[in-house]
Parts: sequence; structure tokens; C-alpha cells
Amino acid sequence: MPEVFSPQILKLLVDSFVQTLYMVGIAGVIGTLIGLPLGVFLATSQRGELFAAPAVNAVLGLIVNAARSTPFIILVVAIIPLTRLIAGTSIGTSAAIVPLTIAAAPFIARVIEAAIRGVDQGLIEAARSMGASPLQIVQKVLLPEALPAITLALTLTVVSLIGYSAMVGAVGGGGLGDLGIRFGYQRFMPDVMLAVVLVLIVLVQGVQSLGDSLARRFDKRSRH
Amino acid sequence: MKPLSNCAGSKKTFAARGANAPVTALHEINLDVPRGAILGVIGRSGAGKSTLIRLVNGLELPSSGSVRVDGVEVSALEERALRQERRSIGMIFQHFNLLARRTAFGNVALPLEIAGVSKAEIRKRVLPLLDLVGLSDKVDRYPAELSGGQKQRVGIARALATNPKVLLSDEATSALDPETTEQILALLRQVNVDLGVTVLLITHEMSVIKGVADRVAVIDEGRIVEEGATYDVFTGPQHATTRNFVASITGTQLPEHLAKRLTAAPEAGKEALVQLVFKGEGAAQPWLSVLTRKLDVDLGIVQAKVDHISGRPFGTLVVSLPDVAKLPALLVTSKELGLETEVLGYA
Repeated sequence: MPEVFSPQILKLLVDSFVQTLYMVGIAGVIGTLIGLPLGVFLATSQRGELFAAPAVNAVLGLIVNAARSTPFIILVVAIIPLTRLIAGTSIGTSAAIVPLTIAAAPFIARVIEAAIRGVDQGLIEAARSMGASPLQIVQKVLLPEALPAITLALTLTVVSLIGYSAMVGAVGGGGLGDLGIRFGYQRFMPDVMLAVVLVLIVLVQGVQSLGDSLARRFDKRSRH
Repeated sequence: MKPLSNCAGSKKTFAARGANAPVTALHEINLDVPRGAILGVIGRSGAGKSTLIRLVNGLELPSSGSVRVDGVEVSALEERALRQERRSIGMIFQHFNLLARRTAFGNVALPLEIAGVSKAEIRKRVLPLLDLVGLSDKVDRYPAELSGGQKQRVGIARALATNPKVLLSDEATSALDPETTEQILALLRQVNVDLGVTVLLITHEMSVIKGVADRVAVIDEGRIVEEGATYDVFTGPQHATTRNFVASITGTQLPEHLAKRLTAAPEAGKEALVQLVFKGEGAAQPWLSVLTRKLDVDLGIVQAKVDHISGRPFGTLVVSLPDVAKLPALLVTSKELGLETEVLGYA
């Protein structure tokens, strides 16, 4: 199977790897910028909570659920006009970041919400008894105490985004998944497919290990 | 002197949820927390003591009535002013509520950070506090590395960080073993005496009240049913709930095999059981031997417990009298000696 390691194929593999990192990285960062505050709000805005706004909470929850229940491949094609508006084009790697971000944000919001809700209610009460404002409680109690869980949640998000990114080949997004489909499947080059899968396995493994080790370092609940 | 904190006609009702009727947690509470004292509120689970203590720092607001702390009507403050006021009201909790990702130092620093105190100022304040609670060697330890007692010491240091006038203690020793409880209570007493901090504590354990409280209020089904100096309430409980709490610690409940045989009227072959309560100065007299000598009776001791409450002796003794005919004389002479008597029955 010499053709797998031909310079052209190798270059394609490297380029696709970089494209995947680029798409997942940018979508992950922007998704977090949107999803983190959204998740914190979802976790603190039910009746009787810090930023109690049950109606807004319900509406946002509905939007998040709707976005999350749309299959990603449908989302990609359904929002093409929006993608064109934001990225100037609906085709290519940069354009693919738009649907990836829109899929990532509500996902992140939900995992962050779960992480924040994992913080002991007693800590919120203690902070209130010290005279903390709701914003101070988020800053000094909720986010720092939830940091290990948030790290794991974001790790999960990145792994999911790597999976999603395989589908943006439909709009010429490139990336590893696209390479695997076009060369491995459509051109009958199973060696390329295998190489792509192996690279993805190593990538996901690496992301997960990094996330796990960071989360462990942040977690002070167990004796060292 | 005016009380540091006072509840006047405070009532708390929780709104209906779904099919449930509204719950009244507190009915018309009138309670003064004397300045510089340790006031213990004792009650069973669900009696309303958690709600009561949360009225003082505005974590709960009364449905009607008012709550004052040092002249400020906490229950009428708007949110921003209430947050400011809470800095002069420290609180400690049953489960400590320490931040797992902050060290002992970081936890004590938290209320100061919230108050906007500078880093240098925080250092100057936190270290002496950790020293005060006996944790100067645990400054950089995380809560997971501390024992329960040590965690509560951090909690106390944290509650004192902003120089509060009053310390609220929400079942602070209920998760601790008896020995650690003693140490934490001693620390609370020290804080009260040395720093002049008024303490309001709630508990379901009579031993906590006995160990540390100057005054006690008994709460039952949302009402204060009895209130007074700890010694007086202990030695002369008026309300059934108070009697139960006192019995839990004075051990005046008869053992079961005796309680079963107990009859109200004398029967052949049964002895009279008399409970004698001695307190205050009378407790020091050798009255048992005086009784037997004077009346020429034989007395058996069924149960006896001598305790010291607020530094004064208090004892309860259950004696059996085989010669039932001498019962009236025993009662009269006991009263003359300053004992309180009660005929429990015949067994």
C-alpha cells in the first residue's frame, strides 16, 4: 500500500488534520463564549434561584432543545443563508465553522448547566449569608467550584465536535472526516480511510486524556 | 440594655406548591436575643428553627412582623442594603459549606473578597483568625484534607472575618462526634467571651444547650413554647416538649421493665417510686442520709443523675420505698429539705 504514504496523500492527511483542528477549535471557542453564559443562566434562573426568571428560562430552554434535536447534517444545509451572511460564503472550511458553532453553543449550554447544578446549594446559601451579590456568587463560588466538571463538559464537547466536523464535507468543509469519505469510500482507498480513523482515534484519545488530567488537577475534593 | 436582635410577631408562611396547602413554618414569633449572650433555640426537625435563624440574616423574609438586628430592621431592607447588613451577621452551618477548591486561607478570605477588602488587608485579617481557631498549621490545606472539627473551625473563622456583631449557628455540631462537639462549643464560648460576639444557635440536641447556652428558647410547631435562663428551663420545664428534651438528658425516664409494672394505686408487694429533684443550694446538702435517719426508712435508688448546668448542680433521683405507709412523711420531709417531689406510682 505504497500510495497511502505517497507525498500527495500525506499532504492531504496533514491538511485535513489542520482543517479539523481549525474548525473544531474556533467553533469550540465561540461556542463556549455563547454557551457558557447561557448555561450559567439556565442553571440559575428557575423559580427562587439567583437570577430567577422562569419565563425566560423556559423560552431559552425551548430554543436550546430545538437546536439540539435538529440532526447536524440538516442544520448544516438549513442555515446556509445565515452562513453566507456571516462568512460571506456557504462553502469551505471557514463557512463550516458557522453550523459547527451553532450546534456547539446549545450543547455547551446544557453541559455547563449540569456542571453548575452539581455545585452544593449550601455553598450558595453560605455566600448569600456573607453578603455576596448574585454576580459574585457566580464568579467566586459557582464557576470555580464547578471548574472540574466544566473541564470534563468542554472535553466532551470537543470530542462531539470532532465527530460533527466529519459531516461538513457536505458543504466543502474539508477536514479528516471528509477526506475519509471522499478518498477512502468514494475512491475505494480503504487504506486512507483506515489512516483517517487512526488519526481521529489518536486525536480524540489525546483530547480526552488532556481533559481528564486537567479536571483531576482542578479537583481538590479528594486527598492527594 | 436593648436586645441585639429581636423578632416581633414574625410569621412565616410558605406559598402553596401544586396541590399542597400553604405551610405556616412560624406563628407570631416574639424572641429577643440579649446582647452578648448565647441564646440556644432547641426544637425537633420541622419545628421551624431553620426558618427562624434565617429570618435574622434575611435569607428568609417574614410574611408579617419584623426582625431587627442592632436596631436595623433586616426584614425591611432592600437587597443591596441587606447584603451590606449581612456582613455584620456571621453564619456557620451543619455541613460547614466550605468551598472545596479553596484552602482554609481561601475560605476565610472569601467574605473579605466579597466585601472588596484589599489583598494585603485580607492577609492581615485571615492569619490571626486561623490562629484564633487553632488552625495556624493548616493554612494551605483544602477542606478534603481536614477533619470535621477542623472544617467547622474554618467555618467559624470565615464567619468572624467581617467582624460580625452576631454569629448564627445552624446545627453547627450536629455532624460531629461528641468529643469534637465539646471542642467546637468551647470555641464558640471563647468567641462569645473574648470577642463579645452574641451567638444565636439552633440545635436539636439538649447537650449543646446544656454545654454552652446562657438562655434557651424551646420551639415547637412554629411557636416558642418556653424561654428563659438555661438553668431555670432545665430544672423546671413547663411545656411537654421541654420536658421531653430535659428527660433526654437527665435520664428521668424509667427503664422499660419498671415502667411496664408501674401502677397508679398501691398494691400488695409493690414499692412506691418517688422522684426527687434537687437543685441550686439545696443540692449540696447530704439530704439522702438526713431523710433515712429522720424517718427511719429504707430507700432504694432506682435511678440517679446529677448534672451541672451553667455551673450549678441539678440532680434527679428516683427512689423506691418498700414501706408504703411512710410515703406521706417522706414527701413532707423532702419538701422541708427543699426537694421537689413527685410520686411516679407503685412497682
